[in-house]
Amino acid sequence: MSTLLQALSLSAGYNAALVAIGAALLGIAAGFVGSFLFLRKRALVSDAIAHATLPGVGVAFLVMVALGGSGRSLPGLLAGAALTAALGLLAVDWIARRTRLAEDAAIGAVLSVFFGTGIVLLTVIQTLSAGKQAGLKDFLLGSTAGMLMVDAVVIAAGGLIALALALIMRRPMILVAFDAEFAAATGWNLRRIDMAMMGLVLAVTVIGLKVVGLILIVALIIIPPAAARFWTERADHLALIAGGIGGVAGYVGTGISAAAPDLPAGAVIVLVCATIFTLSLLAAPVRGVLAALIRRRRFQIRVHLRQGLLAMARQEPIFDPLTLAVLRRRGLIRSDGVPTEAGRAEAARTRRDELRWEIARAMHRDDPAVASYDGLTPIDALLTADQIAEIDRRIPPASGVTG
Amino acid sequence: MTNSALRLVARDGEALRRDHSGDALTITGLSASYGTRPAVFSFDLAVPKGSMAAIVGPNGAGKSTLLKAALGIMPRLSGTVSVLGLPLEEARDRVAYVPQRASVDWDFPARVIDVVLMGLYRELGLLGRLKPEHRARAVECLARVGMADFATRQIGQLSGGQQQRVFLARALAQGAGLYLLDEPFAGVDAATERAIIAVLKDLRAAGRTVICVHHDLATVTDYFDRIVLMNVHKIADGPVETVFTPENLQAAYGGLLATAQIEGLAHPAG
Repeated sequence: MSTLLQALSLSAGYNAALVAIGAALLGIAAGFVGSFLFLRKRALVSDAIAHATLPGVGVAFLVMVALGGSGRSLPGLLAGAALTAALGLLAVDWIARRTRLAEDAAIGAVLSVFFGTGIVLLTVIQTLSAGKQAGLKDFLLGSTAGMLMVDAVVIAAGGLIALALALIMRRPMILVAFDAEFAAATGWNLRRIDMAMMGLVLAVTVIGLKVVGLILIVALIIIPPAAARFWTERADHLALIAGGIGGVAGYVGTGISAAAPDLPAGAVIVLVCATIFTLSLLAAPVRGVLAALIRRRRFQIRVHLRQGLLAMARQEPIFDPLTLAVLRRRGLIRSDGVPTEAGRAEAARTRRDELRWEIARAMHRDDPAVASYDGLTPIDALLTADQIAEIDRRIPPASGVTG
Repeated sequence: MTNSALRLVARDGEALRRDHSGDALTITGLSASYGTRPAVFSFDLAVPKGSMAAIVGPNGAGKSTLLKAALGIMPRLSGTVSVLGLPLEEARDRVAYVPQRASVDWDFPARVIDVVLMGLYRELGLLGRLKPEHRARAVECLARVGMADFATRQIGQLSGGQQQRVFLARALAQGAGLYLLDEPFAGVDAATERAIIAVLKDLRAAGRTVICVHHDLATVTDYFDRIVLMNVHKIADGPVETVFTPENLQAAYGGLLATAQIEGLAHPAG
């Protein structure tokens, strides 16, 4: 535990601090950039991009070795990854646009072909120059062990640049995600904006390869905006919250993984992300599952209360156990089902409200306030006192209801 | 140089000689298709400034496609478009567009005011700051469609008519000279229909041009002063009184409308 606190307070050593800051920046960039992909409903494209990086890593390694290097330079490997990821992205785009296949089929095809090619390349590399290839497998699941200063700088700088570009592009990206036709009609170039968005996702994916790995980087792009959606009804806030969630996940995840060095950082980061997502899903105030359950239950009780009171006013027997329980809990009926004094008064009030609504709906057919009749809202919450007085004049005296 | 190329040049020359300076929208030789089925074929259209025009035709006649192809939302096979005397690309800021409201996902995280502000994004550019006067303009546009109180409402909570009003407010925020609306009255309540038509008539009174894809033949003569009658091809276009005739309607709708219905529409009793 104290190792975890040390890691989180950046005092667990130079290397751990480096990794934590790099991972936090990566998480912020991934969550922020991923938000626009999420809003555009194309989150899975990031999976194709991520898997298409693998052959690039292999090719870059071979090229660097052929040129006499060690083949371990991170910027070189990432450049190769970016190249094949871009090819994969273009392939998905081309298949989806030029054929009748839907984008999900294109993603599936491209993802598996590129990943398969990458695995073949890595296997070949293993047989060619045993020993040297040790670092490449880390790109599958990520590794923070032995990260160099230059690696951390590459990751942090890449994250910052992607973040800045996404900030500049946020308005057109939101506009295209909400209403592509309107965006096109006002002169925005849809293809260019989509390509820019994909380019940003590609950048985040590539710089995240080292820490999180290509299999799990998708989680860092998709889960933060999905979690953020529970907390906000504004696209710009969604991107900010998602960036925050990604940043926290990166920071805490690397902290936990530093405290228990056998745990791979990428997987822990994703688990932290998933924890935040689960909490959001359950506890968010408006869109959360618990809030929705409570809302539904309260509404159900209001319906039963109203129905029960109307039945009491009409002196009909009530059999529904929930209705009886609701009325009893409010002291409107006794435990043997006989209406109390308060119950009779409340029932009469409800009956009068119902009659007023009936007349109001006939009188003010075009009034949106009256048209919004839901059978539950008391009419005096919607109409003014003089309007209600006018309605009451029209209640037939034979109805037995007195004002 | 082949004969057909010469003829094309000659046709261009002819098109140039025609005076379009008084037109808000000029479309020449526009064709568009889905796959290999033409949806709009070789369409010529000139809508004079300050008019309020309805594009009318049966389902599948290519009315929406005409608007989308003219605005470059979908690719054109052929044709040129100019707006207020300028090529479309130079006049983007003078065109406001109201898509069909069903074309977007209303569960998108946005408030009413955010949607209206989208009408200002082009003017703001990438780096422009959103200032209080921009918000004030957006609220004013909402007030014009009777939705000022809804500014901070989540768009998912709106009724169909309210959604349509928000889309109209977004177009108003663009401050354009030409307004193109795709079925603005489809599936809206009566009060919203009245509110929208009042706003559109105000725009015309202010010298703006309004063009609507419209599906309700019963209200065409009340709402619009010009009609474009189409069914893939253009059938007629001009002032309501000369175009809205039984012959033209018959040509556009063919067997889709009974002759008695057509007679009733073109010569309403009383």
